[in-house]
Amino acid sequence: MTLMDVDPTQTPLQREAAVTIFEKGAPGRRAFVAPALDVPPVDPSTLLPAAFRRAEGPRLPELSEPEIVRHYVKLSKRNFDLDSGFYPLGSCTMKHNPRLHERVAALPGHARLHPFQHPKRAQGALELMWNLERALSEVSGLPHVSLQPSAGSHGELAGVLLARAYHEDRGQTRTKVLTPDTAHGTNPATVTMAGLEVVKVGTNADGGVDLDDLRAKATEDVACLMLTNPNTLGVFDPNIAEIAEIVHGVGSVLYYDGANLNAIMGITRPGDMGFDIVHFNLHKSFTQPHGGGGPGSGPIAVSQRMEPYLMNPRIVKDEDGSFDLRDESEKSIGRLRGFQGNYGCFVRSYAYICSLGAEGLKDASESAVLNANYLLAKLGDVSEHLPLAYGKLCMHEFVLSGAPMKRELGIKTLDLAKRLLDHGYHPPTVYFPLLVEEALLVEPTETETRETLDLFAEAIKAILLEAAEDPEIARAAPYTTPVRRLDEALAAKRPVIRQPL
Amino acid sequence: MSTYTAITDADREAMLAEIGVDTVEDLFAPIPQELRLGRPLDLPAGRPEQDVYKHLRELAAKNVSAEDEVTFLGGGMYDHYVPALIDMLMSRSEFLTPYTPYQPEVSQGGLQVMFEYQTAISELTGLPVANASVYEGPSALASAGYLAKLANGKSKFVISAGVHPHSIETLRTYAHGYGVEVVEVPLRDGVTDPDAWAEAIDDETGALFFQNPNFYGAVEDATALTSAKRAGCVAIAAYDPIVLGILKPPGQCGVDVCIGEGQPLGNRLDYGGPSFGFFAATEAYLRRMPGRIAGETVDADGRRGFVLTLQTREQHIRREKATSNICTAQALNALGGVVYLAWLGRQGIVELGELLLQRTHYARQALTAIPGVEALHDQPVIREFAVTLPAGAPVADVVERCAAQGINPGLALPEQNALLVAITEQRSREEIDRLADVLGRAVSEVTA
Repeated sequence: MTLMDVDPTQTPLQREAAVTIFEKGAPGRRAFVAPALDVPPVDPSTLLPAAFRRAEGPRLPELSEPEIVRHYVKLSKRNFDLDSGFYPLGSCTMKHNPRLHERVAALPGHARLHPFQHPKRAQGALELMWNLERALSEVSGLPHVSLQPSAGSHGELAGVLLARAYHEDRGQTRTKVLTPDTAHGTNPATVTMAGLEVVKVGTNADGGVDLDDLRAKATEDVACLMLTNPNTLGVFDPNIAEIAEIVHGVGSVLYYDGANLNAIMGITRPGDMGFDIVHFNLHKSFTQPHGGGGPGSGPIAVSQRMEPYLMNPRIVKDEDGSFDLRDESEKSIGRLRGFQGNYGCFVRSYAYICSLGAEGLKDASESAVLNANYLLAKLGDVSEHLPLAYGKLCMHEFVLSGAPMKRELGIKTLDLAKRLLDHGYHPPTVYFPLLVEEALLVEPTETETRETLDLFAEAIKAILLEAAEDPEIARAAPYTTPVRRLDEALAAKRPVIRQPL
Repeated sequence: MSTYTAITDADREAMLAEIGVDTVEDLFAPIPQELRLGRPLDLPAGRPEQDVYKHLRELAAKNVSAEDEVTFLGGGMYDHYVPALIDMLMSRSEFLTPYTPYQPEVSQGGLQVMFEYQTAISELTGLPVANASVYEGPSALASAGYLAKLANGKSKFVISAGVHPHSIETLRTYAHGYGVEVVEVPLRDGVTDPDAWAEAIDDETGALFFQNPNFYGAVEDATALTSAKRAGCVAIAAYDPIVLGILKPPGQCGVDVCIGEGQPLGNRLDYGGPSFGFFAATEAYLRRMPGRIAGETVDADGRRGFVLTLQTREQHIRREKATSNICTAQALNALGGVVYLAWLGRQGIVELGELLLQRTHYARQALTAIPGVEALHDQPVIREFAVTLPAGAPVADVVERCAAQGINPGLALPEQNALLVAITEQRSREEIDRLADVLGRAVSEVTA
C-alpha cells in the first residue's frame, strides 16, 4: 500500500484488514527452542508404536517471537476495555480491577503451586482459602462455603444439585424449580441440566415477585426458588421475608443468585433474608478481571441444613491450627470439577477483601448504589424517551425502556448502543431483562467518578438530540470502531468457525 | 483502607441533591429494617496496599511451589515452562479487563483470538469444530456427557477407569442431575480392559468415555475403544493436548467429542486454576456444543470481522432449552493457550513431544532400576508413568523423605502403593538422575 492508497475516511484500525495468525509467518520460522536431548536416544518407534503415531504434525503457525508479540498486541488494540473507558454493562459489575491483585496472584508461591501438592506443603494456599470462605460466609450470613465452582452458572448448578440432594435425603422427589421471569438465562438452563423443570413466576407492578402467582405455584413438588435480589430490574424486593415464608412453608429451599451482591454488601445478607444457598461471582463483586469472557469463580455459601451435601473436598482447620483437604460427608453431591477451584481468582478476591475490610465493602455497595441513582437522575432529562422501567429509585443498576425512543425518534436500543461506541463508551446491557421492551440495563459501579457519569449522560442526550434530527445516523452507527456493524445473521447461516488451512 | 472509589464529601452532597434525597441511607429504603445487618461485618479492617502485599507474600511463602523444589507432580496439571510473552499478553488491559464480547465492533481483538484458538484446537484434535473454551478438564467431560444426553436421550454412560478420578467423580455428580447411570470399566495391564469394555456397551449406552494417555500415563488404543460404540452413541475422549504433536489425533480415531484440560498449554499451575477446558467435535455436534463460539462474517462495509455465533444454543437466548448453562468461561486462559501454541509452532510441538517421549522413557528405566520398584504397567507412555514401590515402603513415607531432599517424586497413589511421575521439558536428565538417587535411598531407608 502506498501513501496514495490511504483512504482518509477510514481510521488506521479500519484500514488494517483482519489477518489471523495462521495466515502469517513462513515455513521454518519459530519462537520455541527445545532443550537439548540429554538422555541416550532410543528409537522412537519402539517407544510409541506407529499405529498410535500422528502421521503429520498439526499445522500450527510458524512465526518468530517478535511477530507473535506484534500480532497479539495489535489485536489487543481492537478491543475496548475497562482500563480505557466506562463500561456500564448491567448485571456484570464492571468495577476497577486493582493491579495489586495481578502482582500477588503472580507470586510463584501461588502461581506455581501444584494442585496435587501435599496439603502440608500448601498451608498458605489453604489458609488463604479458609480465610476467604470465612469472609464470604460473613458477607452472605450463611455458615458454610465451598469455593469450588468455576463461575456463577457453575455455582448455580451446585446449588440446584444441593437442593435436590437435600430433598432426596428426605425421601422426597421434587421436580420443579421456580424462577421469576426476570431471571438470568443461566437460571433456567441450570435447572434443566440438573434434571428438574422450570416454572416461571410473574413480576408485579413494582418489579418484584408476584406473590399471588408465587403462592399458586409454590407446591409440595417444588425443590427450590431461584431468586436474585436486588433483581435484574435493579429493584430490591421488599416482600422478601414473605417470599421466604411461602417457599419454606412448602418445605422448599431458597436459592440466591449473587450476581447482584454488589448492592448489598454489609447492608443486608441473603442468609438473614432466609436464603439457604447463595452463589458469589468473584469476577463481579470481588474484582476478578473478566478476561474477555472468563476466568470467573462462583463459590457458594449454604445454611446449616444444606451443609452435608456440599461438594468434596472441603477445607478443614484442625485443632493444631493446620489446614487440610478432606472429603467430609458421605452425603456430598460429589465434585463439580478438578482440584480445588480457580485459586488464582481466590487470591485476587481475598486481596480485595483485605484491602477494603468491613467498612470498605459497605462503602463499595453504598457508592455503587449512589452512583447508579445519580446517573439515573442525570438521565431524568431524557425520561420522555428513555423512562425507568420500574419504580423511582434503584439499587446498583437500573433498567430503562427504549420503547418511546423507538416509537418517537425512530431509533432502537441497539442503535443507541452502537452510537455510544462512537462516543467512546461501552454500552449498557441491551435487550435484557426480557420483560422490558427495548431494555437498557445500566450498572455504573462504585469505581467510576461523578465526571464520568456526567459525560455519559451527556452522550446519551446528544444521541437522542441527533436522532430527533436524523435517526439514520444512529441506525448506521458505529463509524469509528475497527469494524462497523457486523452481519451476525450471515455468521450463523454459514458458520465459519476456524481458519481454513 | 482502599476502596478504589472517588466520591468525596462534596461529590456525595451534590449527587444526593441531584437525586433528590437527603442521605445515602434513603436509597436503601426498600430494604426492610428488620433485614438490615445493623452492625459492621465481622471482618478485619481494611489495609493499605503495601500491607496487603506483605500478607499475601507471607501466605505464598508458606507454600512449596514448583519454584522451591524439583517437582515430578502431574496427574492433570504439569509444570511446563510458561514463556514470558504469555505473561505480558495476558496482563494487557485490553485482554484482561473486558467482559464477554457482547459488542463485537469493539471486541474484534478478543473475538479473533477465539477464532484463532478454535482453529488451533481443531488442528490439534483433528476435529472440525471447537468452541471458545469451557471451565477446565473434568467439568468439560461432564458437559460432553450432557451433550450426549441431549443428543440421544439414552440412559447409560460407560467410562474407563483410566479417566482422571476427578473427571469420573464430576461426571457422576452431573449425570445424577441429568439422569444417566455411570458404569465404570476397569483397566487390565494399565489400559482399558477391551473385553469388559465391549461387554459394558449396549444399545442403551449414550456415551463412552476414555482418556488418552490415561491417568496412569498409558497410551490407549483409541481406535479400538471407539469401534465398540453402537448407533447413536457418542464417543468422548479426554486428551492431554501437549502430546498431540506426536500422538494420533482423536479425530482420526473415531472420537466424536474431544475435551481436555488446557493447562499444559501456557497456563500457570495456580493451585488448580484458572486454566481452561477445550471442547472439539465432529460437524454433527456443532449445534449441540456448549459455550461461546466465534465465527467469521463481514461488516457493513464488507470488511472481514468476527462475532459470537450460533447463539441460539446458549442460555441467554434459549434459557431452559439451552445446550449448557455456561456463561463466563475461560477466555483469558484460552488466549494463553493459543499464544503458547503459536510460540511452540508447527515444528516445536513435535519436537517437544519427542523430547518428552525420550525423557519419560529414560526416567521410567531409571526408576525401575531401583530394587523393588516396578512399572505399574508396560504400556507405551509419553509424558507420565507409574511405578509401584515395595510393600515395605509405604508411598506416603517415601514421598516425605524425598520432599525433605527438595525432590517432589510425583503423585502418591496409596491404593496401589505407587507413584505417578510426570516429566516436562523443565525436568532435565540431571534432575531425573537425582530423583532416581533420592527415591532409591528413600525406598531403602523406609524398607529398612
